[in-house]
Amino acid sequence: MISLVRRPQPSRVWAWATPILAVLLTVIAGSLMFAALGKDPVAAIRTIFYDPLFDPQFAGYSRPQLLVKAGPLILIATGLALGFKAGVWNIGAEGQYIMGAIAGAAAGLALYPIEATFIFPLMVIAGALGGWIWAMIPAILKTRFNTNEILVSLLLVYVAENLLASVAVGALRNPEGGGFPGSRNLAQWASSANAELIADTGLHWGVVAAIIAVIFAYVLLHRHLTGVHIRLAGQAPRAARFAGVNPNRLVVFCFAISGALAGLAGIFEVTGPAGQISIDFNVGYGFTAIIVAFLGRLHPVGILLAGLLMALTYIGGELASFMLGIPAAAIQAFQGMLLFFLLAVDVLTHYSIRLGSKRLA
Amino acid sequence: MDLSAISPALLLASLMIGATPLLLAALGELVVERAGVLNLGVEGMMILGAICGFAMAVETGSPPLGFLAGAVGGALLSLVFAVLTQIFLANQVATGLALTLFGLGLSSLLGQGYVGIKPPSTARLDLGPLSDIPLLGRAFFSHDWMVYLSLFLTLATWFFLSRTRAGLKLRAIGENHEAAHALGLHVVAIRFAAIAFGGAMAGLGGAYLSLVRVPQWTEGMTAGAGWIALAIVVFASWRPGRVLLGAYLFGGVTVLQLNLQAAGSALPVEYLSMSPYVVTILVLVLISARRSRGTAAPASLGKPFHAVS
Repeated sequence: MISLVRRPQPSRVWAWATPILAVLLTVIAGSLMFAALGKDPVAAIRTIFYDPLFDPQFAGYSRPQLLVKAGPLILIATGLALGFKAGVWNIGAEGQYIMGAIAGAAAGLALYPIEATFIFPLMVIAGALGGWIWAMIPAILKTRFNTNEILVSLLLVYVAENLLASVAVGALRNPEGGGFPGSRNLAQWASSANAELIADTGLHWGVVAAIIAVIFAYVLLHRHLTGVHIRLAGQAPRAARFAGVNPNRLVVFCFAISGALAGLAGIFEVTGPAGQISIDFNVGYGFTAIIVAFLGRLHPVGILLAGLLMALTYIGGELASFMLGIPAAAIQAFQGMLLFFLLAVDVLTHYSIRLGSKRLA
Repeated sequence: MDLSAISPALLLASLMIGATPLLLAALGELVVERAGVLNLGVEGMMILGAICGFAMAVETGSPPLGFLAGAVGGALLSLVFAVLTQIFLANQVATGLALTLFGLGLSSLLGQGYVGIKPPSTARLDLGPLSDIPLLGRAFFSHDWMVYLSLFLTLATWFFLSRTRAGLKLRAIGENHEAAHALGLHVVAIRFAAIAFGGAMAGLGGAYLSLVRVPQWTEGMTAGAGWIALAIVVFASWRPGRVLLGAYLFGGVTVLQLNLQAAGSALPVEYLSMSPYVVTILVLVLISARRSRGTAAPASLGKPFHAVS
């Protein structure tokens, strides 16, 4: 008989080892999936994890893409992780990401075609505000009416997607675009362009913001009283209340940070890599960021590494679909599997496994 | 806008069709939550059920087999959730989200060859003279058999939960799993069964979407129906009868906005399309504001259970 015994404290060794173990298990299960699709599993794994970084033919293009894709993932996941740690479930980051992009782009396009250095910072601030306001809806409904924040934040994603479709063909449509949906190209307008800061690295302002967010979150969580409150509220809500933590303020705080960071990710995306507001510029970073947050064990440094790894699966997935004809959906399933394995092996952090008959305490 | 183009009988008829997937998925989730488990993966199980059901119905030409496959697909995915949360004691919220993300990916992978195909049509239930009643016949008595099965399942779920011994055990586990365990009930086993039932019902709802409601397979076709089903359970205060009411209400909003789109409403299409989600949020707020004194949720909902002895 196998039984689980709760550890008095979470194992530090396993806390580091479980993400690695989960990645290994996902690679094994993913290989089986690729084999079932009739593809060579070794070639598939190699194309996803190795070729984007080291293949002489593709690395030149895909290495910079690593930062381009990891930037928004890390930015969003860092904010989400603060909430998840406190037991505040913002799962509508995708909507906040879209609203940040819309608000930021609208602020910039209102001034088109002026050329001025203040425009880009203004758009960034508007983007953060857009995400923040969208996140305040579930937060305030939660604190005022005790409405389930999980459902509201998620349902608002669909509202945001419809708003995006509406502005892409309406308010923000490019008047010189010949009637096609989509805004003016923000990456080609000097005042709003979020260009590469160092050529061929993929480093743009969004990546800089992501790194700052990671440092900020680390300091907040480990060197600041708010961080103690966040961790306490997540682990022992009742104890937290006795310690003077105001649960409502914590909900608003976590949603505000995660919403603003998601909004930032959105505006950096439409001014840089995506280039314009279009009906489908959002590619699900807000949802993948949830996986990134857990893969990074809700720790800012872990999220930095997890974001890079997840970006690699995106780029490698594109390469695998191009080279080996592996469907893009397989990569999505692959990323979902990673979260499953992560959650499964996490039991090792909190419980030790005993073989033999159960002892009665 | 030409409102006269909307016939009340047809509107009621399509309301029943539109509400059925929500009703099935919400009933399943209701049983899961009454057992004290919060499975947020309804959307993922629904969409997997949609493609499993669609593929099976297309391959065999038999819609009943398709519905069966949809239920099996949803149940299999829900068992992943059951293993992770009940055996590996993983966080239920995170696992439910994982289920949705994985389900969306897996379903579009499975559905690659099925885009743009028409499924075999599901048989209408012959209700004889009832179908010939003017207006009412067209609205209520000329549907496929799944609509009536879903109504029957509502009744059966109510009967099971409130009138049977097994239902009492399930509710006891949902209210206080420690006490239920001390009484000798098999908490994990019963929760496994509830989760599998919830998965099968979500899969059935998904299959109804792809086989009858749309009827076609497109990626991400559930478009939040699973989340609305979760909201319906909250709306219904965890009671089967009110789930029926909630599903028909939300189904009605969806159908009405589609009809308004077709009738050429002055409101832009995007605003009509977002209305079911906005209405869901508003209803959730009203319900939670009214219930500020206490909650009707099962007391052990979402809490992990680890038997020490």
